[in-house]
Amino acid sequence: MTDGQETIKSSIWFEEAEADNPYAAASCYCSGYDVYGDLLGKVSWVQYLYLLFKLDLPDPQHARLLETLAVALANPGIRDHSVRAAMNAGVAGSTKASALMAAVAVGAGNLGGGREVYLCLDLWHHLGSDMEKWQHAISQPSQDERIDVWLPMEHFPGFDPNGVTCPRPVVQTLALLADIGSYQPLIWLRDHRSELEAATGYPLSMAGVAAAAFHALGFSSEQAEMLYLLLRLPGAAAHALEQEQHGWRQYPFFGTALKPMADADYQSLMKTTEAK
Amino acid sequence: MESTRNSLAYFDNHWPTNKGAWFPGEAVRYREMSLFDDFRDKSWMDLLIYGIRGTMPQPEVSRLMEQIWIICTSYPDPRLWNNRVAALAGTTRSTGALALGVATAVSEASIYGRRPDIIGCEFLISTCDQVAAGGELDVIVMEYLKKHRSIPGFGRPIISRDERIEPLLAVARELELDRGDHLALVKRIEDVLDRKRMRMKANISSYCAALLADLGFSPREFYNTVLLSFTGGIMPCYLDAVEKPEGVFFPLSCSKIQYQGAGIRRLENVKK
Repeated sequence: MTDGQETIKSSIWFEEAEADNPYAAASCYCSGYDVYGDLLGKVSWVQYLYLLFKLDLPDPQHARLLETLAVALANPGIRDHSVRAAMNAGVAGSTKASALMAAVAVGAGNLGGGREVYLCLDLWHHLGSDMEKWQHAISQPSQDERIDVWLPMEHFPGFDPNGVTCPRPVVQTLALLADIGSYQPLIWLRDHRSELEAATGYPLSMAGVAAAAFHALGFSSEQAEMLYLLLRLPGAAAHALEQEQHGWRQYPFFGTALKPMADADYQSLMKTTEAK
Repeated sequence: MESTRNSLAYFDNHWPTNKGAWFPGEAVRYREMSLFDDFRDKSWMDLLIYGIRGTMPQPEVSRLMEQIWIICTSYPDPRLWNNRVAALAGTTRSTGALALGVATAVSEASIYGRRPDIIGCEFLISTCDQVAAGGELDVIVMEYLKKHRSIPGFGRPIISRDERIEPLLAVARELELDRGDHLALVKRIEDVLDRKRMRMKANISSYCAALLADLGFSPREFYNTVLLSFTGGIMPCYLDAVEKPEGVFFPLSCSKIQYQGAGIRRLENVKK
């Protein structure tokens, strides 16, 4: 199993060791570029991010699209489930890592999370910009062939089952992304949003917009899921720190919101607690 | 609720539940039981299974579950992928909870752990139902293989023999829980695979799934009840690394990277 010569294969990363220490890198190369001797100071965070995933630097239009998307996703907002998860770590003085892990875990799911984006990308790959195919997929959503650790989808991916009309930030983001260059999936989504919403019965969600943008940038479903998880963390981090400062006393505990459905003892205990 | 759209307003500051609650300074309800009154003679496994399934397990069921947790814990071997994450957390002096939490999350893997558990359990239950309805086992197994290329719970990375099976079956025999249809089916599926020269033996996941399916556990109940079973092996790996000098867990020299990517290039040569 182990012969001492096992290596890690990589098309992303290469290192040259320091002369006096084989465990320290003198030079690090990302897809052939000297990261600290060449890229650093010359490329933006988003260009480097793109390089890591695509192994080539983005053209200016791709970089602008990814940068705009990254800003749109950076803070899902204080009411978002993933941010709330991070704040729960913050208010109780949990570790900083746990706040981010909480945001990643809660922001990973079928509703507005990384899994939804993954499934959206799969839809884009199969349906392209063919409205007839989308209509068919919406009317006859595919069923999972097998059970999985992921729970079954309860709504059509990319649309908000709890929404009413498409929220303005979603519309604004889509409009701006569709105006950058000529990315067909984004333009098509902007132009056909109403039809799709009528078919699903739900408004487009930010996850749906993000998925279209990742598709436009040529990312795979797996890459899009990972990037979506990553790009939504800044807000979670900032809000966790903010609420840590405020403390649990100034954060909702939903003290009287828990409602018993069980037996009389239970209801009586709840009554006593509420009275207190 | 007429539609999910109205759900947000309905649940605003309103969470009806029958799973339990804390009554500060008074009591804790755990589903329909009192945590401090009704569990005095119960085990942790009783609590866990009751919490997940809503019915108090018979003592032999909890005993079997505990043995599953012991026999099928993640071995305290830091070469195993989930344990290695815990060891890495130890060597970097991260916290125990972070190590355990993330190693548990990583255990939801495809080649081992929770994904084969839940998919394999569903396969066993569905196959058992189909056979009971008159389906031919050979056909069912081969069609599944043709469609999915593998059967979760059959075959094993690194080595095919699974040393955990005999100890677990011994416990099941002792508890007289080894006579169910799902357990018998595992052997019959193995026979089919043998006849077809597939060289895929059932691994421990299939046996756990079968034993619990025979007790009425659904695939997701099986998944939920064994989620934390790897913790017993994860923590020793974390501690082992903590007890050694920091940063020394399986260090990788630069030469261990086998680079297969683009050649060395300069930024100036790239069209911007």
